[in-house]
Amino acid sequence: MKKAERKNSIINLPKTPTGILGFDEITLGGLPTGRPTLVCGGAGCGKTLFGIEFLVRGATQFNEPGVFMSFEETSEELTINVASLGFDLNDLIKNKKIVLEHVHIERSEIEETGEYDLEALFIRLGYAIDSIGAKRVVLDTIESLFAGLPNQLILRAELRRLFRWLKNKGVTAIITGERGDETLTRQGLEEYVSDCVIMLDHRVTEQTSIRRLRIVKYRGSLHGTNEYPFLIDETGFSVLPVTSLGLEHIVSNERISSGIKELDEMLEGKGYFRGSTVLVSGTAGIGKTSTAAHFAEAACKRGERVLYFCFEESPSQLMRNMLSVGIKLEPWVRKGLLRFQATRPTLYGLEMHLAVTHKYVNEFKPDVVILDPINTFVTGDKEFEVKTLLVRIVDFLKVNQITALFTSLTSSDCRLESSDVGISSLIDTWLLLRDIELNGERNRGVYVLKSRGMANSNQIREFVLTKHGVELRDVYIGANGLLTGSARIAQEALENSAVLTRKHDLELKKREIVRKRREMEAKVETTLADFGSEEAEAIKIIEEEQEIIKQLELDKTEMAKSRKAGIGKIATKTL
Amino acid sequence: MNQMDVNSDIRTKQKPKSGANDKWVLRLYVAGQTPKALTAFANLTKICEEQLKGKYSIEVIDLMKNPQKGAADQIFALPTLVRKLPVPVRKIIGDLSNTERVLIGLDLLPVS
Repeated sequence: MKKAERKNSIINLPKTPTGILGFDEITLGGLPTGRPTLVCGGAGCGKTLFGIEFLVRGATQFNEPGVFMSFEETSEELTINVASLGFDLNDLIKNKKIVLEHVHIERSEIEETGEYDLEALFIRLGYAIDSIGAKRVVLDTIESLFAGLPNQLILRAELRRLFRWLKNKGVTAIITGERGDETLTRQGLEEYVSDCVIMLDHRVTEQTSIRRLRIVKYRGSLHGTNEYPFLIDETGFSVLPVTSLGLEHIVSNERISSGIKELDEMLEGKGYFRGSTVLVSGTAGIGKTSTAAHFAEAACKRGERVLYFCFEESPSQLMRNMLSVGIKLEPWVRKGLLRFQATRPTLYGLEMHLAVTHKYVNEFKPDVVILDPINTFVTGDKEFEVKTLLVRIVDFLKVNQITALFTSLTSSDCRLESSDVGISSLIDTWLLLRDIELNGERNRGVYVLKSRGMANSNQIREFVLTKHGVELRDVYIGANGLLTGSARIAQEALENSAVLTRKHDLELKKREIVRKRREMEAKVETTLADFGSEEAEAIKIIEEEQEIIKQLELDKTEMAKSRKAGIGKIATKTL
Repeated sequence: MNQMDVNSDIRTKQKPKSGANDKWVLRLYVAGQTPKALTAFANLTKICEEQLKGKYSIEVIDLMKNPQKGAADQIFALPTLVRKLPVPVRKIIGDLSNTERVLIGLDLLPVS
């Protein structure tokens, strides 16, 4: 439906792209072609710059020359002012891409006598437009006329004529106006320019200034209605239309390692999803940054690009500290795969942070972005704004399929789960690092609070920082609950000794059996030997007996022989 | 008309005071032969004839024909009369129908 509407609006109303980062997105194409647009706002909110950038981008990117009619600054001043933003006006003027026309009105030099009109302004503007074939015009700030000319009646009539004249000329114009007390502009310019009104705002809340842009009206077109933060930096204007994005990003099924083997195991053995958002939260000194650094190192090892925003430590300090747990980040920095962006969160407002994040991400095109930590943003009661900021960052990164890892510090006096600036719903994988205080020790435990789309482990594992990085140990559940640190080691020792004792017992039993068998065998042998000797003796006795019997018979025969009796008869009868 | 006469009386007194023998260079910017332009020119010549007879020159610049000339004198309204000489430069916008204002503008009349 949205698409269809967008199509319609393009057909109905031709638009001129401004080339200003993000602005064309929220206006779905740019400013209305051939119509004047009013840009209003307070002092120093960037009206002039908006106009200048509109012209410069038009001249350089869309080949549409432009005229800048200034009522305040002279051409020289203007050229110098915008040079700081990287625009070379002189060059563009030389190439007939831009004309700067300065209209100087000095009240003290002017005497009004009777009827007049502002035809000369028209002629000058017309001449400037025709001299380079301009398609774009900026009038900055036409309200100066009100200060210079006392006759308001003539002026108002002439302004009305001017805007009609601009429309007839077919130029896309920007008219800037100072904000009034009750009205959009001090002189009620919105009365004349009614096609498109853009409001710029520059607010200071809690000593941080925030620039915002809002499209008050845009006749004949859809547009984003929110207040969009914008910033002005060395490359000009950028508007951040991030919340306009829907939840339509493509998801990846690819899994990437967290850099910690045991942690991967807790996440189905595969690690995070690519393009997901990971939050590592925990109390101070628990190892959040180490977890992040592991992830960064792992990504670099895979040849991916990592953008690391550190808000608390300087890059060199961070690298040194990570070296102590065996994570070497420096080589990756030198290879250009890892880039640090270190800024104090208080340096600029939230929107600026968002914008800076955008800018660097667009510039560096990383696969992984780390924000360490996110809650330093929270100063005072800006929680809601922080949340919006993070939503925008998360959205932005997701759309670009960038895996994001945030660390978040939770203070120990509030519940761990609740304190993370209310962004839990945005997070895909949430690792909670917590300290476990037991037996006079403070140890680290880690568990996966949630992990969308995977069967994650429900275990609390002990988290140990070693010289070779983070290691996760099994946690022992004893009678008194969790055992960590030395209690765990004691428990380990206890278990080890129990196993040892059993082993001993087993050995002993085995030996006993061997011994018994030997005993038995020895007995058998002696019995056999005894038997053998008895047997031999018995045989011997038997043989002797038989000898004796033989001898007796022999003796009988001899006797019979000597008596001359029949030996045979007698022998047979006796035997 | 009565007022005009009163004005001219004062004017005569002022005349030696302001710039004496200096040459007056006046420029009148117009855009085409509009009624306002014609009125302004008529008014101007009348005043000059009365006040600066013989020592003034009027250059009429038509921006319709020479649009680039408007920028040099920072012209934005029409018609505009610019007093180039004597310095300082003065600008008077309008059809010059209010003679008193014109004289004040040209420094021919002290602001009372």
